Amino acid sequence: MQSSSPLAIVANSGSLDNDDKPNVELKTQISFRNFNFYYGQYHALKNINLDIYHSHVTAFIGPSGCGKSTLLRTMNRMYDLYPEQRAEGDLLLDGENILDKNVDINHLRARVGMVFQKPTPFPMAIYDNIAFGVHLQERLSRSQMDDRVEWALKKAALWDEVKGILKQSGMSLSGGQQQRLCIARGIAVKPEVLLLDEPTSALDPISTMRIEELISELKEDFTIVIVTHNMQQAARISDYTAYMYLGEMVEYGITDQVFIKPQKKATEDYITGRFG
Amino acid sequence: MMNLRQQRKLINRTALSLALLAMVFGLFWLFWILLTTLDLGFASLSLKLFTQMTPAPGSEGGLLNAIVGSLLLVSLGTLLGTPIGIMAGIYLAEYGQHSWLGSVTSFINDIMLSAPSIIIGLFVYAVYVAQVGHFSGYSGVIAIAMLVIPVVVSATSNMLKLVPDSLREAVFALGAPKWLVISKVTVRASLAGILTGVLLAVARVSGETAPLLFTALSNQFWTLDMNQPIANLPVTIFKFAMSPYKDWQEIAWGGVFLITIGVLSLNILARILFRQKHRS
Repeated sequence: MQSSSPLAIVANSGSLDNDDKPNVELKTQISFRNFNFYYGQYHALKNINLDIYHSHVTAFIGPSGCGKSTLLRTMNRMYDLYPEQRAEGDLLLDGENILDKNVDINHLRARVGMVFQKPTPFPMAIYDNIAFGVHLQERLSRSQMDDRVEWALKKAALWDEVKGILKQSGMSLSGGQQQRLCIARGIAVKPEVLLLDEPTSALDPISTMRIEELISELKEDFTIVIVTHNMQQAARISDYTAYMYLGEMVEYGITDQVFIKPQKKATEDYITGRFG
Repeated sequence: MMNLRQQRKLINRTALSLALLAMVFGLFWLFWILLTTLDLGFASLSLKLFTQMTPAPGSEGGLLNAIVGSLLLVSLGTLLGTPIGIMAGIYLAEYGQHSWLGSVTSFINDIMLSAPSIIIGLFVYAVYVAQVGHFSGYSGVIAIAMLVIPVVVSATSNMLKLVPDSLREAVFALGAPKWLVISKVTVRASLAGILTGVLLAVARVSGETAPLLFTALSNQFWTLDMNQPIANLPVTIFKFAMSPYKDWQEIAWGGVFLITIGVLSLNILARILFRQKHRS
């Protein structure tokens, strides 16, 4: 344990033994410190303190409007696109405050990838959908790019379905395939963190299952943060769970503990369906 | 005493009949115009129309110089106006949405869109033709470009505004700078719509007479010199149709036929293009 924050103690006291991986030392990748967020006058996130750990899946749950998507979208500063939105406090990525004015936002977004609720394939070939982001960050030869595209599509479990049709438009794929294409696109640039904003809410159960399996595999290489409305999904795939309500972080800890033995009454009410 | 249900049915039928009647009334004139044009125009259609120059009264001739002149004026005007219109449309949709410059520009563009074309013609006459002292093809190109621009601006900005913000965010999320987001993704996503707008602009200007009357004027003879007055279909039709000569009037109808068919096919092409976009 590198940190002395209470969360780390919770994490420490919980057992990771039922996880597949050995009990490795937890490395903090992202930390929120006294973090506040505003939509104009509206105070949407209130004094958030949170550590997100490297190579683990962290899930944000909570009722609609609680701020979980807002919190997710601060980590790649997506809110910068909208002038009336602003953040205060500290948001550290590998110890560096990414709220700092001097941060190269395009470089930040290359380090912190994002997949959205609705599949958003670009209006171009499947191959180019993947190559687009890589071109922005690296100069690769044609064959290196071919390898990268194949690697990303394999990682996203889409390669076998599209290897013969890479020149076809990304829009021609099914919804589930489009979403895996977006995941492939996100990991092709080799980010450190992958943000998933309700990535399966527009998909059928089979596509959802495939993407959940994918997330479990991807956490070997990436730190994953997922917003989900589906509590079973959070319980199935995440290592850590944060329950949010009205812009506040109500409870955060190891997923099994949050679901089996929540510390707060509010969390228990929400996950047992008495509220929400 | 009717019950409520019967009363509603009656009102519904009355409203439906009135609406149908209005539609039939409108379409009736439209089809009449179209049929007359095609009928009279088709009768004067001949090979001469495409191979000979506009004649003096009483001699044989066609519309070759006017057809070529029109093609030149419209294509150069479109080439000049389209890039400006697309760039301005991109500014309005992607950069200026919340700025005062953006709202002022789009307000002015709306005025330009509905400005009578004769005003554009007189404007170009005053600032260009009167200054250089002679009518010319170039001044016609400028007038046509000024008519093309507002149509393309509004088509471009409307189509770009239809692109969902989620797609824009997805491109930004990869670390793309704004100009790449626009050039590689949002413009590409709305390309069919923008092209449709350009085609409709071409269709609109290809029949415009007033702006050419004050700029390109007309020319009885063959010329490709854009610094000279140049023949074109609308002004030739205007001149020939108003004349007392039977053979000129026939040639005018031939020109009307050509423009009608041209505008009709441009509109059909635009529809096909737009539908293809919506299928994908």
